[in-house]
Amino acid sequence: MAITIEHLYHVYQQGSPFQSDALEDIDFTIENGDLLALIGHTGSGKSTLAQHLNGLLKPTSGRVLVDGQNINAKEADRKALRQRVGLLFQYAEYQLFEETVYKDIAFGPKNQGLTGKELDHRVRRAFARVHLPQEVLEKSPFELSGGQMRRVALAGVVAMEPEVLVLDEPIAGLDPKGRDELMEVISDLHRGGVTIVLISHNMDDVARIATRVAVLDKGRLAMLGTPREIFSRGDELEAMGLDVPQTVQLCRKLRAGGVDMPDCLTNEEVCAAILAARGRTAHA
Amino acid sequence: MLKDITLGQYYPVKSFVHDLDPRVKIILTIAFIVAVFLGSSLWAMIPITAFILLSAKAANLPVKLLLKGIKPLRIILIFTFLLNLFFSAGETVLLQVWKIRVTQEGLMLAIRFSMRLVFLVTGASLLTLTTQPVVLTDGLERLMSPLARIGFPAHELAMMMSIALRFIPTLLEEADKIMKAQMARGADFESGNLLQRARAMVPLLVPLFVSAFRRAGDLAMAMEARCYHGGEGRTRLRVLKITHKDYVACAAVAALIVICVIIG
Repeated sequence: MAITIEHLYHVYQQGSPFQSDALEDIDFTIENGDLLALIGHTGSGKSTLAQHLNGLLKPTSGRVLVDGQNINAKEADRKALRQRVGLLFQYAEYQLFEETVYKDIAFGPKNQGLTGKELDHRVRRAFARVHLPQEVLEKSPFELSGGQMRRVALAGVVAMEPEVLVLDEPIAGLDPKGRDELMEVISDLHRGGVTIVLISHNMDDVARIATRVAVLDKGRLAMLGTPREIFSRGDELEAMGLDVPQTVQLCRKLRAGGVDMPDCLTNEEVCAAILAARGRTAHA
Repeated sequence: MLKDITLGQYYPVKSFVHDLDPRVKIILTIAFIVAVFLGSSLWAMIPITAFILLSAKAANLPVKLLLKGIKPLRIILIFTFLLNLFFSAGETVLLQVWKIRVTQEGLMLAIRFSMRLVFLVTGASLLTLTTQPVVLTDGLERLMSPLARIGFPAHELAMMMSIALRFIPTLLEEADKIMKAQMARGADFESGNLLQRARAMVPLLVPLFVSAFRRAGDLAMAMEARCYHGGEGRTRLRVLKITHKDYVACAAVAALIVICVIIG
């Protein structure tokens, strides 16, 4: 399922003295099967854009099309839309409310009208996808650690079995282990056929798993391309207050030191490039 | 949707009334209320109305904003008016339908009581529209401080008030976010009967309470980490000072009281 964004503008508190332009002329398509990383400085409009993807915000002007259907049209069924496009908010652990983890995960599918065996099946399948110990299922969500709560919240969205999953900084505030585990879950979901939009400040993760990267700067779409294309424009990214992955930083430093090597995205690529460069010097 | 609650919210402009000392403003508001109750005849409403309009002018506030403050009270206003109109004792009958009588005295009473309500609300909103909440609690604390000698927790009360006011926008924002998060999971806050709607609030209220308690705990810890130990020996950032403007305002309210007493 593809989401097309056409000339999208969003203005907060229009007409008041506090008016601010959050999004200006955003125009691109999220293709079926993408793992699109949305990066940008704080306040660049990433979260605002995320909320447009499932109709939680209404555009000031412009359109958002899901499979060619304008989601803000009068006849559009927004409830059905929110089932197809799942959204996990920042610090999603604060949205948990039920007595047990099981019931909390069941909240979404229940709202879809599922009951009985099918509901149970959905909950258990979603729970299995976030790799938590089995006994957690009957615990109160408030007894869990922050990282575990985050994964329960993710399961709550996954249980609705959306075709597109929008994740707003899912790893913010997690420890390295929690972060790695969650990134693994996200990669798994993507491999399972879910289109993913990932908002992240962690460029290393973006370089590792994204198929495409969109860069927002002050509400505008500044760049769009593969991670390799985007991260080769390090100077522009730094001008926007963004980083490049550590692997790319290392390659740039080595090049500055006279080693002939390309920009590499993963540790494996860096190793191969360094070995190749050493090989060339040894032969010379 | 939740952000529409703006009743009596501070209106940020510069004006004579904005510059007044909060202590003076609080006392003058009370004095104004006294004046409203002193002037019991219909004639007394003229100077009181004039005073409110002049204050609005001096405060650089659009009169429309003041009137907006009355709107939520319209049901109480109509109720008060009708109750007084139909159920007051009186002799001069103006209108009689079956057993219900409207007397001249009743009509007068109805007008007087509803106008009083309007005056009270506009007077109070004049105070909150022109005074920042933090400044207002500062003023309250100073006014209550003599009571601290007999064990009244003036500082603590003022501190609680300013913290509560400070967190209203934060909690509104939080509620908005949680609401959206639950809507993304298919929650429906808008349709259904009263019971269904009340039940639909649970996924909003539970996380909201949890986060309010968490914030309260964090704040208490942060205050303690910065050695907060109550009001004793505490100096203040804003030192309140009475200026000539305050004397002018006092004179104006005093004049209003005198006029109301004379008219009766």
